[in-house]
This record gives sequence, C-alpha cells and structure tokens, in this order.
Amino acid sequence: MQTFDLGKEGLRALNSSLHALKGQTNMTAWEVINPKGAHAIAAGVDAPVEITVRGSTGYYCAGMNKQATIRIKGSAGPGVAENMMSGTVIIDGNASQYAGATGRGGLLVIKGNASSRCGVSMKGIDIVVHGSIGHMSAFMAQSGNLVVLGDAGDALGDSLYEARLFVRGSVKSLGADCIEKEMRPEHLALLADLLKRGEADGKAKPEEFKRYGSARKLYNFNIDNASSY
Amino acid sequence: MCGIVGLFLKDPKLEPQLGAMLTDMLITMTDRGPDSAGIAIYGGAKDGLGKITIQSAHPENDFKDLDGDLHDAIGQPVTMLVKSTHAVLEVPLAQMDAARSALSHLRPGVKVMSAGDSIEIFKEVGLPKDVAARFDVARMKGTHGIGHTRMATESAVTTMGAHPFSTGPDQCLVHNGSLSNHNGLRRELIRKGMTFETQNDTEVAAAYVSQKLKEGEDLGTALESGLEDLDGFYTFVVGTKNGFGVVRDPIACKPAVMAETDDYVAFGSEYRALVNLPGIENARVWEPEPATVYFWER
Repeated sequence: MQTFDLGKEGLRALNSSLHALKGQTNMTAWEVINPKGAHAIAAGVDAPVEITVRGSTGYYCAGMNKQATIRIKGSAGPGVAENMMSGTVIIDGNASQYAGATGRGGLLVIKGNASSRCGVSMKGIDIVVHGSIGHMSAFMAQSGNLVVLGDAGDALGDSLYEARLFVRGSVKSLGADCIEKEMRPEHLALLADLLKRGEADGKAKPEEFKRYGSARKLYNFNIDNASSY
Repeated sequence: MCGIVGLFLKDPKLEPQLGAMLTDMLITMTDRGPDSAGIAIYGGAKDGLGKITIQSAHPENDFKDLDGDLHDAIGQPVTMLVKSTHAVLEVPLAQMDAARSALSHLRPGVKVMSAGDSIEIFKEVGLPKDVAARFDVARMKGTHGIGHTRMATESAVTTMGAHPFSTGPDQCLVHNGSLSNHNGLRRELIRKGMTFETQNDTEVAAAYVSQKLKEGEDLGTALESGLEDLDGFYTFVVGTKNGFGVVRDPIACKPAVMAETDDYVAFGSEYRALVNLPGIENARVWEPEPATVYFWER
C-alpha cells in the first residue's frame, strides 16, 4: 500500500506519481489522506490500480479515469469522474453537480445523492446513484445507463439521445423529448447486473424501476421542420 | 468565478475567533477570485451608537482630524478607528444621518462602505491574504460575517467594485455569477430613490434587496421576490444585523456548499473553504437547492 499525504506532498506530486504508472505495476494499492476538498485528485490515471481517497474531494476528482478503481471515502465536488473512459469510481457520500459528465465508459457509483446535471452528455458510462439526483440530469445523454434508486429532479433527460435512464422513485419532470418506456426482459437483466456492480443489489429490485428514454423526435433532422432549426 | 465564504456563529464562545476563521476561509478561496477581496463583519452594537465605515483613496488627508470636524458639525462626540484605507466612525444613532450628510460636505472624496448598528465592511483590490492583513481581519470579533474574493467580469477592478455591497442599514450582499438585467433594474431602483456608486451588477442586486426590505418585506420574502426579478447566474449570500441568507438561481451552476453544527452555520463556494472549521468532520454538509431561500437569524 502506497500512502500519500496530500497535505504534505501536494497534488502535483500525487498526480505525477499516478501518471507514471503504466500498464502493469506492482504498486497496485494507493491511499490518499488529507484530501481536504482539493481539486483534480487522481485525475488522468491510466493503470489498473486501486486508489482510496480518505475524505472529501473538490472539482474533477478521478476525471478522465482509465482502468483504475477509485474510492472516495467522503463526498465529491463538481465534475467527479468527468469524461471517465473505463474503470470504476465509487463515492461513499454525495456528489456535486455534473458527476460523470461526458463519461465514455466505466462505472460511477454514488452511494449518497447526486446534485444537478448528473450524467450530462454521458457517452457510454454507467452511473448508479443510491440516493436521488438533481435537476437537468442526463441532459443530452448519448449512450450508457443511469440508474437512480431515489428520485430525479426537474427536466430529466432533456434532449436525450440513446442513453437509458432507470429511476425507482419519482421524477419531478421530464425534459424535452424524454418519455417513459416499457421495461422489457432485457432491461430487467441489464438493471440486475448494474445494481449488482453498483453495490446496490441488496437495496432495490429491477422491477421497482421505471425506464425513460428518448422519444427520438428532437434529434432526427426533419426537412419539414427546416425553418424551425 | 468568485469565491464566497460566510459564517454565522451559534456558540458565543467562538465570537472572538470569527475574524480568524473567516480569514482562513477567505484565503482558501484566493484562486476563485484573486483580484479583490472584502469582508463584512457584524461586530455587535454598542448602546446608542451606530457605525459608519468609510474608505478613502487618500486616507492621510481625508481622515486627518475627521472625528473632530464631525464633532463640530453634529455637536456630538465621534470616535474614529483608522484601518489603512478605511475608518470606522462611531456616531450616536440619532445623529447617523446628520453625520453622513456632514461627511459628504467635509470630505467629498470619502466613500461610505456601510452604515448601521453592527456592520463593518472592509474591501480592497489585491490578493485576499493582503487585503485581510491590511485590515487585520483575523483579530476582529463578531457574531457573523461574510467574505468575498473577486474575479471581475461585469465591471472594473476597483475598490468600489469589490464585494460586499451595502445599500441599506446593516445590510450587505455578495455574489458569485453575473446578472443580465441589471441596467434596467438599476433605472427602476433609481426612480424609487436608490443611489448607486458603480456600474456593477451586484450592487443592483444589493439595492434590490434593500428596496424590498424598505418596502416592508422580510429577508426571506425579499429573496423570493429576487428569484422572479433578477435574471442571470447567481449564488447570493446576504447579511443583515441578525443573520444571513443564501439563495441560488434556478439553474444553480454557481457552486455552494453549506455546513452546520451545534456551534455554527458556514457557507463556502467550495468545501475546501470549510475544511479547517472545528468539528467539520461531523458537520451536516449539503448543497443548497436551486431557487430555494435559506436564512439563519438569531
């Protein structure tokens, strides 16, 4: 276990040590102490390592993550796991706005609540939120899955492309072109797998969720509507 | 960007440390706003006395013998405590208006930063640590206070463009964001009798709240009205004699984190600003909801 005291050694030193890990490494377990809300902790990691951050983080923790498993033993500031490519990010507390934004792959698990714009423009990432999510979540989400065990705020899935949204609780309002869709057996199977990987299988059952997706009326160019574009 | 910090003490034992706690929080927010900084401290009221905080670009001339000159003008003793470019005048409450009027004749170059029973405002251009040191904020006592670090977007980097803005007795407002309808609102408020020192958008928001309070609304209702009338991006923290309020616009992209314990309520643009507060590990930490008014008063 490599223990890194962020208060003493600083962010640059942490991130350059993590960036130096290429491919296979013997230093597979890292612990970051005294994060104190610092920005960009463990951003840009590209190695199959386990990183545990003991405390709350500021902007962009685990941004652009590839391969690594990053656990935050606290809450995360804005843009956690933004543009994640692969790997797993697990937050024990809450996440601030735009968690998992533009993520292209991997799994983001938020055990508390997520604030506004969770999964905005997601492009393949899977996001499992044990609590509730704020307004404008999954705005322009293109692909991937967003699973919410609690409630969703206003304008869920506004201008949605092909991401799948599963919400167990209430949805305050749906955004433009987002509609409720039927839950077919393949969705139940997908959800069961996501709940398991999201450490939520004991908390909720797939059949308790509703599925939301795109009505596909907004993003297809229609020549009859050319004057409105 | 800009940084906001705020602290409302529930436990009077912390009051001697208010300035030190706010200074630490303010300096942490330097990279959100390195061009200017300011702080409003509610240091408590003395019986029968009010405070006027003034600022001058030429303090060595403007503040010289000012207490005596004001005494002669209003016929009551005035005490003056000079802190760098600012000075706090203590004036009998009944003579507050007379003192302000005399001040504008005696020292036309002097600006009034705040006036009221308890409020003192200190703000200047420069790094937050330098501004805090210049006014010795760390040694100030009080019940609650608000600080701001500025990265200017809407108007020039000047002392008067720094936050907090005070447009009414014991009132102040700080802002992270930008307003888009401030010119129209400013004209309306001028028609209603408000006066403005700058072209700054935040000053309009401050004056808007002051006008609503003057019309008899309470702070919560005034902030609710603001959600209808103020267009743009904002996280506001508003101070009054008895407490402070927080409101974010309905889109809420300007960050805000709050923490509450039995001893205090704290506000920070980021969690970083709160990490050194006592007992933060066990505090209730949350983000204020969009378009929702919060306030704490004693």
